[in-house]
Amino acid sequence: MTQSADAAPDAGAPLPQFPMRRTCPFSEPREYAAMRADNPVSRAALKVNGKPTWLVTRHEDVRQVLGDGRVSSNLKLPGYPHQFHIPEEMLAQIRPMLLSMDPPEHTAQRRMLIREFTARRVKEMRPRIQEIVDERVDAMLATGGPVDLVTALALPVPSLVICELLGVPYEDHAQFEEWSAAMMNHELSPAEYGAAVQALDAYLDKLVTLKEDEPGDDLISRFLEKNRSEQVADHVDVVTMARLMLVGGHETTANMIALGVLALLQHPEQLAELQEDPALLPGAIEELLRVFSISDSGTARVALEDIEVGDITIRAGEGILALNNAANHDESVFPDPATLDIHRKEARSHLAFGYGIHQCIGANLARVELEAVYGTLLRRIPGLRLAADPDELRFKDDAMVYGVYELPVTW
Amino acid sequence: MRVTTERDRCVGSGQCALLSPEVFDQDDHGLVVVLREEPADDLRAGVLQAADLCPSRSIRVDS
Repeated sequence: MTQSADAAPDAGAPLPQFPMRRTCPFSEPREYAAMRADNPVSRAALKVNGKPTWLVTRHEDVRQVLGDGRVSSNLKLPGYPHQFHIPEEMLAQIRPMLLSMDPPEHTAQRRMLIREFTARRVKEMRPRIQEIVDERVDAMLATGGPVDLVTALALPVPSLVICELLGVPYEDHAQFEEWSAAMMNHELSPAEYGAAVQALDAYLDKLVTLKEDEPGDDLISRFLEKNRSEQVADHVDVVTMARLMLVGGHETTANMIALGVLALLQHPEQLAELQEDPALLPGAIEELLRVFSISDSGTARVALEDIEVGDITIRAGEGILALNNAANHDESVFPDPATLDIHRKEARSHLAFGYGIHQCIGANLARVELEAVYGTLLRRIPGLRLAADPDELRFKDDAMVYGVYELPVTW
Repeated sequence: MRVTTERDRCVGSGQCALLSPEVFDQDDHGLVVVLREEPADDLRAGVLQAADLCPSRSIRVDS
């Protein structure tokens, strides 16, 4: 049997609201398990504007939707499930970025970038990333503790790495980190959100113009150089691409670093195992990525045609959120999903970086950064411990990307 | 086991080159390259995982 939105059995009853909050930082919102079991493709109302959207919760279905060429990432389409209130006139002015493009524009722009993120290129960045981590850990140790791990390590490491890769001067980090954090916050007004985007774009506009005249040895300069013959982007496209890379390159990794350290400190037996055998680290990182799934609400799509997902027909024009946190806690793929298990064999099947043509382009870079940070902390600060009551920690419940605001630690 | 790829679909995620480096690589443009079209059986698990995790479903394995 197939059903469309209008014929759904719960039509008439108030729809559940999205986003749903996590009650435990290490797991998914409580509602997801029930949806996977009873209503794996179901309707919800977006908290921001009350508009209906489909929520897709099973691992197999999330992969299907994100891999389906009949769904669009175009955030200007009417059914697109926005998480922010964006006034129509502001939406009309938004320049599409890689994440919100469909083929063939997406293919052309992504192909300009993937050579910067190949397995080999990322491996070549490893020694420099290790140097950056060591410098930050030295500085952290010099303070004598306690320190806030977010400001001392979790944020500066990916921020420094992405700055070097893009050719953005790190001395400006306080500014762009603030704009970037504002862009992730669900609770800002459209005007505040717009102001943050405009400020960051104005900053990057100057930087790109500078590189157009005097190219350096960095991603933006290489993109501009290649673009001279390929012509896939204009100046504003390059600014938008740079914004996506800068924000995407540090916000997410920073949150994952802090949450991962917290999880390991809360699971001392597994932490001890990792200290004993660092070869377990890559697997542990996949498991941490799975458990936290920090970009859960970020996979918004619109059906371009009627598509069947499970027993449901999603109609052309309807919005879809393919929930990777729900998929990553699907017990049919990850038994006992709420339990952190660094030995979990199937952890690599997680969808924390998304899936399909928009899968995170920086995934392998993020993996190397996480490995360098966790590995260095385990080796150099074996006595690391939390310097706060875990119940008092403030989590980013209302942000686009999940995380913890501060993580006081000592040793 | 025979491995083929559709390079037109490849989005350069590099999962294959990480999971099964004996069989897959990426060229200078970031696109998938098959190093061994008929890999030995001991490489099977890695190849199947690479095919399963490829986000653009560019890898085909025929046994």
